[in-house]
Amino acid sequence: MAAVAISNVPARDAPRHEMIAFAIMAALLLVAPLLVYPFFLMQALCFALFACAFNLLLGYVGLLSFGHAMFLGSAGYFSAHVAKVWGWPPELAILTGAIGAGFIGLVVGALAIRRQGIYFAMITLALSQMIYFFCLQAPFTHGEDGIQAVPQGKMFGVINLSNQMALYFTVLGIFLLAFLLIRRIINSPFGEILKSIRENEPRAISLGYKVDHYKLAAFVMSAALVGLAGAVKAIVAQNASLTDVHWTMSGEVVLMTLVGGMGTIFGPVVGAFIIIAMQNYLAQFGQWVLVIQGVIFVICVLAFRRGIIGEIAHRFRLSL
Amino acid sequence: MFELIGISPQALFGQLLLGLINGAFYALLSLGLAVIFGMLNIVNFAHGALYMMGAFCAWFLLNYAGIGYWPALIFAPLIIGAFGVIIERTMLNKLAGLDHLYGLLLTFGVALIIQGLFQNYFGSSGLPYAIPDLLKGGQNLGFMYLPNYRAWVIVFSLIVCIATWFLIEKTKLGAYLRAATENPTLVRAFGVNVPLMITLTYGFGVALAALAGVLAAPINQVRPLMGADFIIVVFAVVVIGGMGSIMGSIVTGFTLGLIEGLTKVFYPEASNTVVFVIMAIVLMIKPAGLFGRNV
Repeated sequence: MAAVAISNVPARDAPRHEMIAFAIMAALLLVAPLLVYPFFLMQALCFALFACAFNLLLGYVGLLSFGHAMFLGSAGYFSAHVAKVWGWPPELAILTGAIGAGFIGLVVGALAIRRQGIYFAMITLALSQMIYFFCLQAPFTHGEDGIQAVPQGKMFGVINLSNQMALYFTVLGIFLLAFLLIRRIINSPFGEILKSIRENEPRAISLGYKVDHYKLAAFVMSAALVGLAGAVKAIVAQNASLTDVHWTMSGEVVLMTLVGGMGTIFGPVVGAFIIIAMQNYLAQFGQWVLVIQGVIFVICVLAFRRGIIGEIAHRFRLSL
Repeated sequence: MFELIGISPQALFGQLLLGLINGAFYALLSLGLAVIFGMLNIVNFAHGALYMMGAFCAWFLLNYAGIGYWPALIFAPLIIGAFGVIIERTMLNKLAGLDHLYGLLLTFGVALIIQGLFQNYFGSSGLPYAIPDLLKGGQNLGFMYLPNYRAWVIVFSLIVCIATWFLIEKTKLGAYLRAATENPTLVRAFGVNVPLMITLTYGFGVALAALAGVLAAPINQVRPLMGADFIIVVFAVVVIGGMGSIMGSIVTGFTLGLIEGLTKVFYPEASNTVVFVIMAIVLMIKPAGLFGRNV
């Protein structure tokens, strides 16, 4: 999106800011289970990864996908199915989820990048609705019930994931590695080309870049990483359900990214924690959660387009 | 012939009729989306919620003010259209000059607020709205039974669609509108009040959605989420037709409704997804949409 501020930080300072912020985040997350209920933290970490992977597309290529729930939900079904019905170990179940979502991303992405801007958003939304109806009717997803009582098993045959602390640190490890991978993608030469497409697509084309290839590659990466989040989420929550494929979930990840700051590396993490915490505390108010989310959307778009981290980065001239 | 394919003509024509009715709603909604998109460059995500508000408005008018179906057909679009004007004046016009995606996000937020509020007060179940006395009953056409109200919905929607097409393509006002779509700055220089036109266009598109809502109230029940999933199908219709052409929206809307109806007869499992499958095929063959210009 053109309105995402171009960094005003000297290039040589950027890696230092990012690594310090990363160290602070990792340290906070290491001690967090002492203070906060670990199940909540694991949920939030899955959503944080979901939002980071989504932001790879929105913040760095400028493509607003309104159907990313299809990757989260279908990866959840894949990993839950192979873990429960086929009895695969968790590491393979998670891998299956990520690869499966990446493959769906390849098909959906190839269709969606044929149009730009708002059409792209509408196409991804429509295709994700199609996946939703498929999940509603396909026998292996068990319709409204979802796949329940997914076994957690032993990661690599050693780490017993039924132990909550072991599970937490496994999830944290996966999150931090995936986060570093996303940061690496963004800061690579490939990521620079993605940003040039965001800023001026015709210019990137005129420079000889096959823009469609780059968009598709970014789309598949984003889908596979969202799939990773969805697969881990299914193992953590021990179920896969229709909620994760529904379009409201696609809206939520947009909201998380918007609140935290799109086009910032840490923004989606902050946004995800805020939105998930809000949902937890406001759960008893029923549909008011939707209303509040809507209000946050409106406020963010009208007055707070940089998001929390984007605003901090802009104020203090940091690269986050 | 019908014995051969194992489907009774009653079922076939019944589903075709339902398909046509859905098609009429697709046409009315995608028409509104196209008109709004042309002037504001915004995809109105709140369109489904405003369609639902149209139906609720008719229900309120009947149950709290004793105003029946026929006046509601005029008042509900006016009231909801005015509500749309307020949305445009207070929020959407602040987005001028920003990326188009912000309009999508803003209207998505508005849709969440509206749907959340209605769900709070009315739950998720439907409220009944009676068919007006004049249109009760139906005609036996020999091969099928045609309920009067359904015939009315199809005919009336067609008239509204064609009137809109005439207004935009054949009148002076429509010419200003089309000119302002192409080059707002130039049209403003000729002394035309373009910001006012933009506001009224949004109100008009919203009124079309509300009108579809009133028409739908006696057929589907009045539910807070009646527009939520519906609007996604309408988006697919818009992608298939392309938003460049008014007639394109109308034709695509009705055709896809019919195809959906046929699918319900021959392969009901796919009836929810057939529009999306067609969208995928159209994207592969003609990415700009059947009636669209390349963007």
